[in-house]
Amino acid sequence: MTQLALVIDLNVCVGCHACVTNCKQWNTSGAAGSLVDCNPYEAEPNGTFFNRVQTFEVGSFPNTDTVHFPKSCLHCEDPACVPVCPTGASYKRKEDGIVLVDYDKCIGCKYCSWACPYGVREFDEQRKVMTKCTLCVDRIYDEKLPEAERKPSCVLACPPGARLFGDVHDPESEVSTAIRERGGYTLMPEAGTNPSNHYLPRRKTTVTVRAEELYRADNPHKIDGAPFDRDLPPTTEELN
Amino acid sequence: MRPAFSVLFLTTLIGVGQGLFIALFFCELLAPATLSRDFFVGGTVLALIFSGLGGISSVFHLGHPERAWRAMTMWRTSWLAREGIALPAFMGAVFAYGLAHWTGFGHTLAIGVVGVVLALTLFICTGMIYGAIKVLKEWAHPLTLVNYTVLGCASGTTLAAAYASFTAPDLAMPLAQAAFALTALGVLTRGSSLWRNATLRPVSTLQTAIGIRHPRIVQKSQGAMGGSFNTREFFHGKSPAFVRGVLITMLLGAFVMPMVLVLSLPLLAFVFQYIGLLAERWYFFAEGQHPQNLYYQTVS
Repeated sequence: MTQLALVIDLNVCVGCHACVTNCKQWNTSGAAGSLVDCNPYEAEPNGTFFNRVQTFEVGSFPNTDTVHFPKSCLHCEDPACVPVCPTGASYKRKEDGIVLVDYDKCIGCKYCSWACPYGVREFDEQRKVMTKCTLCVDRIYDEKLPEAERKPSCVLACPPGARLFGDVHDPESEVSTAIRERGGYTLMPEAGTNPSNHYLPRRKTTVTVRAEELYRADNPHKIDGAPFDRDLPPTTEELN
Repeated sequence: MRPAFSVLFLTTLIGVGQGLFIALFFCELLAPATLSRDFFVGGTVLALIFSGLGGISSVFHLGHPERAWRAMTMWRTSWLAREGIALPAFMGAVFAYGLAHWTGFGHTLAIGVVGVVLALTLFICTGMIYGAIKVLKEWAHPLTLVNYTVLGCASGTTLAAAYASFTAPDLAMPLAQAAFALTALGVLTRGSSLWRNATLRPVSTLQTAIGIRHPRIVQKSQGAMGGSFNTREFFHGKSPAFVRGVLITMLLGAFVMPMVLVLSLPLLAFVFQYIGLLAERWYFFAEGQHPQNLYYQTVS
């Protein structure tokens, strides 16, 4: 069984919001209709977004760490939002595990958003239906796009490459390897929702440089920088 | 949680309708000789008006009311869908009960039993809509179900006492005594849930919400300057003084005043109790501390 998901590396995210804007651009341009923007140029601008980047400060001054935290639907394996839906508009796809809303069936009762502990569903005030991240289901299977572009918009936009996309049920996939080797974890495990999206924690990134490593690796005699000497062993060409 | 007024009216109005019907049924069961046909017909009309108004107000909660019929389809998993079926079924049984009395068709007790079972089913569905949301610890408890049932029965019986004081004076006092007892029971059950919620410790914290174990974490930005659905839907946005005012309105209106007045002025007692129950539902929503609010604490 495939379970597509995002893996977000908090050690890499710089909080630039490129994923937010590219998500909004792609999803507001799709066949499902535009994502509303209320008062875009007034006080209190607000609108529907599938993805938000939040910022937290961890620790006490001066030993603080700024953590940028992108948040979108986690496409849970046991989504709390799906069974509560009275119409069946909210559903989880069997073939790839994406949690979606059928906008033509949604009655806009908002009950699913109450059941979700993460606050990742947003009611669209213009279309009067519940909306959420689709993992860009309308582009990841689009064969008209080059294969490298068949990824969610947020993943393509991320300048430092903090967002990985793939099948978390395939143990050999890039995302599974990252979760396994870099301490991937899920949000609010106590909620019992078993999220598919994982987060990679902040790490201490250190590189130890030893003196001999400052010489070129392809310098077999370790005599970089020494003056020319006639007594040096001959090159292969000279021998021939 | 932000109280949704359509839902406050829905649950209080249908609660009155269900309680009134259950009271009518017990009147017929226990004191059949003293009652006229008109008493039951008028009572069922009253119960239908209240449940009908509740059903109408629920539609205002929906973004797409024209699709409301779809809300009956997922009854296998969704308590909301089950309520969507139980409410019309209950109203159908009430209608049949009134019709059977009006036409002299008979079998009214049998129809009444079906109606009472459907009324209790509807109480369970309504309570479980809130009780089934596991992440809202204030709601996910059997007391939610008990309170919806007890308070619905109490307000319905208070209305039955008021109705009987005009149409069947012999029954007014026993019904008022039953309403008094049910309201007193409500003090116990709602008081228990008030105490439970006041002492409840949140399971989710900012640490589990973002998965960073440090004891000191402060949000600096929620990713939006002008608010969002998340800042509107999950917090009532009122001052602590306002919330205290609603709590006092609830305690006086739903419990103290009805118990003082029901034996002498049952209609006034019902008016007080209905207003008090609106405050009770408002407070019930305000009590719900949704874990998603952990992600929406700071705008900057």
